Amino acid sequence: MNTSVVIAGVKLKNPVMTASGTFGSGMEYSEFVDLNRLGAVVTKGVSLTPWEGNPTPRIAEVYGGMLNAIGLQNPGIDTFIKRDLEFLKNCDTTVIVNVCGKTMEEYIGVVERLADTDVDMLEINVSCPNVKEGAIAFGQNPEALAKITKALKEKAKQPIIMKLSPNVTDIALMAKICEDNGADAVSLINTITGMKIDINRRSFVLANRTGGMSGPAVKPVAVRMVYQAAQAVSIPVIGMGGIVTAEDALEFIMAGATAVAVGCANFTDPYATVKVIEGIEKYMTDNNVEDVKELTGCVR
Amino acid sequence: MKIKETATIISQECLCEGVYSMWLATSIAKKAQAGQFVSVYSNSDARLLPRPISICEIAGAGDGADTKIPGRIRLVYRTVGEGTREFSRMSAGDKLEILGPNGNGFLPALREEIRPGTKALLIGGGIGIPPMVGLAAQLGCDVTIVAGYRTGKEMFLTEELERYGKLYISTDDGSAGTKGCVIDAIEEAGLNADVIFSCGPRPMLRGVKDFSLSRSIPSYVSMEERMACGVGACLGCVCSAEDVDDHSKVKNKRVCVDGPVFEVSEVVL
Repeated sequence: MNTSVVIAGVKLKNPVMTASGTFGSGMEYSEFVDLNRLGAVVTKGVSLTPWEGNPTPRIAEVYGGMLNAIGLQNPGIDTFIKRDLEFLKNCDTTVIVNVCGKTMEEYIGVVERLADTDVDMLEINVSCPNVKEGAIAFGQNPEALAKITKALKEKAKQPIIMKLSPNVTDIALMAKICEDNGADAVSLINTITGMKIDINRRSFVLANRTGGMSGPAVKPVAVRMVYQAAQAVSIPVIGMGGIVTAEDALEFIMAGATAVAVGCANFTDPYATVKVIEGIEKYMTDNNVEDVKELTGCVR
Repeated sequence: MKIKETATIISQECLCEGVYSMWLATSIAKKAQAGQFVSVYSNSDARLLPRPISICEIAGAGDGADTKIPGRIRLVYRTVGEGTREFSRMSAGDKLEILGPNGNGFLPALREEIRPGTKALLIGGGIGIPPMVGLAAQLGCDVTIVAGYRTGKEMFLTEELERYGKLYISTDDGSAGTKGCVIDAIEEAGLNADVIFSCGPRPMLRGVKDFSLSRSIPSYVSMEERMACGVGACLGCVCSAEDVDDHSKVKNKRVCVDGPVFEVSEVVL
């Protein structure tokens, strides 16, 4: 059985990765999960300097999902390279670093600092809905998305994955813009902007008022968008949004995703990633699927 | 080392309106310390996030305990939403998925501050009272406890607390003990201490911080925040720190793994 997949020349032992922001840099989950089992670890977003993130409450549960408004708190690229990448070096898995910034210069700064590291790929966060500057501002505007994709592709030593926002009118167009400007892959969906109100306090539950929705409730939206993106581009698409089980992951793969990421489900079950991998293997055995690539985009 | 497992409910009772007590059989008991918490998962797929609930008491886990039988932990919690209401409807024999023990607990403080004659003041407010029972049991020094409730009709765990030391009570409406907050009760009784431990709502912790700092008493607070992962990865449950934190490199600390217990001067309340 062959579960490996290739994205921009980088081989993943299986198509299951972690979704940025839900898994730290793997350290916190290594107590539960053998990181060597994972197709890839995608780290939490990292910026040029340390970011404080948003005030609390940053988390709210909603039916079948959750809202988060962390605001990309992170220790900055220097600490990240010294501590988190040093830890990941000892793991036999593909390492993908999620890159964020307020300005184009900041994104470029992070990408350049990562040039001399062992990192396998970069995922460019142009879709976080919880920060006032940068991130989603680049991902919702076709011209801005084109510009940043092109600029980062020129500077990056590693393949770049553009992480797309679902908070757009035409996801196929955004994916196509990334492809046309040199992106090696696209990943989607980031969270859907949402809101929750506390009717007893008559106030917003999140200090940031809005937050990004994730979890099983967003999955049908995510599968649809992955399908549309995969139809529009020939670069690999990485699918995510509410994956809890192998069946969920297989929906994304059949919709056209070369690989998938498990996010919110890590909070419900720290072992979720490995269970998804084992479930895909079982599906392949039960259905005589020799190579997982036979399933990629098989539903048209 | 944290464990995620299916625990069996041994018993459940309602202590007063909206406050429930649940004993669970779990191997987590053998690793847990006072002040740590467990993540309790809902049996409903609609509720994804575990509820962080502090450990009230630990039993059957000491040196003489039977190693073949899992220990027991007691959770005392308030029903604040659908998740905790679901837990409150469960009864003996039912199963719950839990992960723990989480957080640092009071132990690091205990190692440094406590001698047999040490005067420890334990302050709990509302649903911050339960961890004080486990702490009082573990201290082994001169313990005084102050518990703050909304009203005399909604008091809980007073018997347990009285086992370990003199108990003073405050209520918001004055229907039991001192009328006012825990600090009012402390001042009325003229209490002093070598070390203070507290858990409760933010305004109470602020009062405890002022009291501790004004008298230069070493003081430890247990914090609460909305959590997602409970294991330090998601950065959902941070609290504001006075100084730049060594892990986060910003003025934030993670309640779930850096806390929930902090030295009072470390955190902004």
